[in-house]
Amino acid sequence: MRHIISILMENESGALSRVAGLFSARGYNIESLAVAPTEDATISRMTLVTRGSDEIIEQITKQLNKCVDVIKLIDLTEGEHIEREMMLIKVKATGELREEIKRLSDIFNARIIDVTETTYTIEWTGEGTKSDAFIEALGSTTILETVRTGVSGISRGEKCLRI
Amino acid sequence: MELTGADIVIRSLKDEGVEFIFGYPGGAVLHIYDAIYAQDEVKHILVRHEQGATHAADGYARSTGKPGVVLVTSGPGATNAVTGIATAYMDSIPMVVLTGQVNTDLIGNDAFQEVDSVGITRPCVKHNFLVKNVKDLALTIKKAFYIATTGRPGPVVVDIPKDITAHKTEYEYPEKVTMRSYNPTIKGHTSQIKRAMDLIIGAKKPMIYTGGGVVLGNGSEALIEFTRALNYPITNTLMGLGAYPASDKQFLGMLGMHGTYEANMSMHHCDVLIAIGARFDDRVTGNIDKFCPDAKIIHVDIDPSSISKNVKVDVPIVGDVAQVLAEFLGILKESPDRPDEAAIKQWWNQIEEWRSAACLKFDTSGEFIKPQHVLSELYKITEGNAYVTSDVGQHQMWAAQFYGFDKPRQWINSGGLGTMGFGLPAAMGVQLAHPDGTVCCVTGEASIQMCIQELATCKQYDLPLKIILLNNRYMGMVRQWQEFFYEKRYSQSYMETLPDFVKLAESFGHVGMKIEKPGDVENALKEGLGMKDKLVFMNFVTDQAENVYPMIPAGAGLNEMILV
Ligand SMILES: Cc1ncc(C[n+]2csc(CCOP(=O)(O)OP(=O)(O)O)c2C)c(N)n1
Repeated sequence: MRHIISILMENESGALSRVAGLFSARGYNIESLAVAPTEDATISRMTLVTRGSDEIIEQITKQLNKCVDVIKLIDLTEGEHIEREMMLIKVKATGELREEIKRLSDIFNARIIDVTETTYTIEWTGEGTKSDAFIEALGSTTILETVRTGVSGISRGEKCLRI
Repeated sequence: MELTGADIVIRSLKDEGVEFIFGYPGGAVLHIYDAIYAQDEVKHILVRHEQGATHAADGYARSTGKPGVVLVTSGPGATNAVTGIATAYMDSIPMVVLTGQVNTDLIGNDAFQEVDSVGITRPCVKHNFLVKNVKDLALTIKKAFYIATTGRPGPVVVDIPKDITAHKTEYEYPEKVTMRSYNPTIKGHTSQIKRAMDLIIGAKKPMIYTGGGVVLGNGSEALIEFTRALNYPITNTLMGLGAYPASDKQFLGMLGMHGTYEANMSMHHCDVLIAIGARFDDRVTGNIDKFCPDAKIIHVDIDPSSISKNVKVDVPIVGDVAQVLAEFLGILKESPDRPDEAAIKQWWNQIEEWRSAACLKFDTSGEFIKPQHVLSELYKITEGNAYVTSDVGQHQMWAAQFYGFDKPRQWINSGGLGTMGFGLPAAMGVQLAHPDGTVCCVTGEASIQMCIQELATCKQYDLPLKIILLNNRYMGMVRQWQEFFYEKRYSQSYMETLPDFVKLAESFGHVGMKIEKPGDVENALKEGLGMKDKLVFMNFVTDQAENVYPMIPAGAGLNEMILV
């Protein structure tokens, strides 16, 4: 199953490599990883998407908790949550394609944020699981570049991950 | 008053109560060595190789429970220390390793003797730090000791650039340190403890299985009281030996690959398994799919990530083993419920039947010295009171099987990483911690050569170790596997050219002995052990063909042992 794990950790130089190293050393996979400081500059928040059986996810959360730099974490997928990923896609846009891509972008709630005579750059934000659908709809032949931020997420309602 | 970083390092160690630094100098740590020169409260032990420093600090830690301290230079000093750091990490030994680093402005430049010590050691430390400002130095050292010694212990590396050791700042050693990201759980969950106790009392075929965690957590006394109160059988892992007295009737010996028949059979057939401070290592469980098929499993451990890692557990309890055991005992005292005496008696009858197979018997009639014979004699002559370190191989298994450890912290070996070369330097650390103790290093002729240079350190500090070399002219454990599983193709496991160990010992200023006849074993041991103030290197030329039995072959379950 796909899990989104949200982690508060010390904003220190070695912390990211410790978490990444833990995943590679123990053979866990990382589907995406997004990290940046929070409102408190001494704390970073990382959102990590991974897949595994319940036993593996249990080990992953235990191992992460054991990491001395990790302050607190939750598995967002255990409760109601919101997830978002942002994507920038540069596509070939010439002739009839221009109209076509514009229409598609509207359907997917994406915005064209940069235009040249032959290209569009599209910004899309949505649930991480939907980003593939948009890429597919665009058709790989027209895509010149894809940049994804990786998923970030937050619990719904009053539930918070904070210290 | 302002102190230099180098002085702060030494003052911090002093304020932390450190007795010994095991170290080796070099460019990046010269300021620190200058600070060492200026004082004599923290004693520096000069080893002959940085690996030796880490194992010596480790042996000191294992035998005292106090953290071992290491100081090495940058680059090759740090890389040489890695094996010892990983050894300590695998066995959860508290250790603080200070590594020198190149000047901060050179870091990342491939400077002379630069390695990324924090990066290299990251997967084999509990935590590590790079100190970037002299103002953080004392606090970082405090944190290193705090992290190394609390929760599940482990080694912590503090990487200190040379310029930091020259910079000055006000010195104040923090009394206490708290970290928002590090708060190990100590107290077990009360309702889980109650649930476990219900299972324990209700068991018909109970088995207590304990590991290194009971030694590390100083839980031995509570374990003895708990086990005796219940009259249940108990086994220890290789790392857990000594936590329960080997001479006691309830003790079934070690379990696992070379454990006893009775311990492994009791594990396999039990209905309630009480695992305490053990981690279900693959050398203990055998084939995991066949492990304890009928048992409800209770697992007590300080480290949540050890629980349900290899084996699914029915009642997990995260907490300090000594505290949880005390709570078990409290419940037992208050509860009117008692174990089913008839069932336990029947269980013991079954166990005694397994025990009667006498799986550790060996033949003494041959013309060659049997290694088991040397170790049983060693046990008798030292009255079970020696500290015994070992290297890795057959001799390690025989020492575990034939030297009955009655007390914790008496048996010092590299169980997790299995590091050849551990025994001799570890014994130095043990002897320094226990100057009046008898310290024996049980070793093989391959292992002893890995850190043999430390014989010079032993001379320098007058460490009267007793080296018990079981010399079979083979990497015995490798040869055994080749005999069993590779149709006797002894690829590269014969030790073709061995030094004359007697002369070698003498050349370092020690006493050497060579013993070749079974009839001479007892007297030789008495003579060697009798030389109280000398290091005696006893080279026992043993039977080359001897194998470690019993044995669980790879892929088999605990009930599928090969007896002889
Ligand atoms: C550093 C290291 N290298 C290799 C091994 C693999 N290994 C395990 S036991 C062994 C042979 C040990 O031989 P010896 O020290 O003579 O002991 P014996 O088995 O003969 O008692 C080897 C090579 C190891 N454990 N550690």
